[in-house]
Amino acid sequence: MTAPPAITVLAGHSWTAALQHPFFQHALLAGTAVAAAAGLTGWFLVLRAQVFTGDALSHVAFTGALAALAMGVDPRIGLYAATIAVALLLGALGRRGRADDVAIGSVFSWFLGLGAFFLTLYTTSRSAGNGGAGVSVLFGSIFGLSASQTLTAALVGLGICAAVVAVARPLLFASVDEAVAAARGVPVRLLGFAFLAIAGACAAEATQAVGALLVLGLLAAPAGAAQRLTTRPYSGLALSAGLAVAEMWTGLGLSYAIPRMPPSFAVLATATAVYAATYLPAVRRVRPAYRGA
Amino acid sequence: MTALSTLADTTPAWSWNLLDDLREMWSYPFMVNAFRAGTVVAVVAGVMGWFMVLRRQSFAGHTLAVVGFPGASGAVLVGVSAVYGYFAFCIAAALVIAAVPRAGRDGGVQESALTGTVQAFLLACGYLFTALYKGLLGGTTSLLFGSFLGITGGQVWVLVAVAAAVLALLAAIGRPLLFASVDPDVAAARGVPLRALSTAFLVLLGAAAAATSQITGTLLVFALLVMPAATAQSLTARPARGLALSVLLAVAATWLGLTVAYYSPYPIGFWVTTFAFGGYVLARAAATAAGRTATRSASRSATRAGGAV
Repeated sequence: MTAPPAITVLAGHSWTAALQHPFFQHALLAGTAVAAAAGLTGWFLVLRAQVFTGDALSHVAFTGALAALAMGVDPRIGLYAATIAVALLLGALGRRGRADDVAIGSVFSWFLGLGAFFLTLYTTSRSAGNGGAGVSVLFGSIFGLSASQTLTAALVGLGICAAVVAVARPLLFASVDEAVAAARGVPVRLLGFAFLAIAGACAAEATQAVGALLVLGLLAAPAGAAQRLTTRPYSGLALSAGLAVAEMWTGLGLSYAIPRMPPSFAVLATATAVYAATYLPAVRRVRPAYRGA
Repeated sequence: MTALSTLADTTPAWSWNLLDDLREMWSYPFMVNAFRAGTVVAVVAGVMGWFMVLRRQSFAGHTLAVVGFPGASGAVLVGVSAVYGYFAFCIAAALVIAAVPRAGRDGGVQESALTGTVQAFLLACGYLFTALYKGLLGGTTSLLFGSFLGITGGQVWVLVAVAAAVLALLAAIGRPLLFASVDPDVAAARGVPLRALSTAFLVLLGAAAAATSQITGTLLVFALLVMPAATAQSLTARPARGLALSVLLAVAATWLGLTVAYYSPYPIGFWVTTFAFGGYVLARAAATAAGRTATRSASRSATRAGGAV
């Protein structure tokens, strides 16, 4: 739909000029950290069939941010506190640190209602300039990050990546064959909780970039594409993170070139296009054929 | 949003004289329409939600519920009624999700990744549409979180027609659907067309979500779908009783929510979800307590039996 203007606008822009804008540098730095963290976490979410949990946590992020705004504190405190707390609660609701879909759905839809409450509280109790707060929490504002916010986001993103890599081996074992892993002494339940806490932190982290409603795409699309392209665990993990980062860069570039296109949409559209491409027969043929017969 | 805040400035007083309060509330035609629409929506959501919970399709249900948002904002952008947008997007998303084969080794894994991607992409489209359509900022919030103000009599009739169609079709496929949901393997062996039933169910769920979205907002449709049904299923396993209970709970939560939202400055979505969630927590607590006493008496009789041997 927006393709024809893209060509003309792109020609008028120079990419070195883009990189000199502080807002674009911030977005690129924070976006890279967010995408890498989401790619790694998302791969495990898809493997463990916990994408719905990611969906729930991203909605909880909205409520957390708005609760903090309504109380007048830094929204990031609310984001991380709410997502990590709810992640652990969801773990406690189910066996072995995995909650039932219906329980997850009931809990997070109530949290969303609570978010509507805080949104009303925030927009009516304070000055009238807050009308867009809910929308920017829901859909992100990556081009509005300050230098210190960027630094925090980058450091937290790195921390999440390090945490996923640190637990990757036992978590992989526990995800693929839970019973055998438990028999071999892997702390399956503890790992489940640790992974949920990581996923919570990741949802809060990614909310700052693409917004609470769109986090799910960053978690599911690169990971789903990587799962379709390779069945090897470590190359899949790396591919998922790599795809996420590449999609983030492409999206940010697209949105810079076409100012009417919001960055969150550009990132999500790129990620969806890549995922859709894995359904093409030509791409499918690349993957190893040993699953056939 | 402006309508909500003006209402908040003149929040009517609750007098504890129930009859007078209800009469006062229903003296406004918009409240009467809100109750009519809310009841229709709650009945459909209660029934469809019960099957959704039974089939463990919460994630697909949630996705169908939220894609009403891009539908409505896209319809507003091109200048047609939001109703068409809701139905077009919800039913299209249902067909996309149904198109992915569920069988196979990684069928479940791929289904959830695809569902998540479809949902996030369509929400991003919704954001693009609102960004392109300048001046929808207040409207965005009411699209997402719902508003019971300004429901017209015409909208109520559209809802009644959609609800009747959805429930009639569901009644037609109800028995095989129940069979296929409870035991897919045996149902397949008996020649029940699983794929066709699953697709039909998702399309009906999409239509129900589209109808509900117009009242509760796209983000809270899912609450009305999942919570009464989950409450009902934790209380009874019998289909007829469970369906009735689910509908009853959905209607009760909607009525309570509408009444309290009318007398308070806070949004309807918050109240409806809170009442529904309260019911769910109570039911789960009761089921857990009942389960614990049952296991305790069972283990006691087991030890007694063991001692006798």
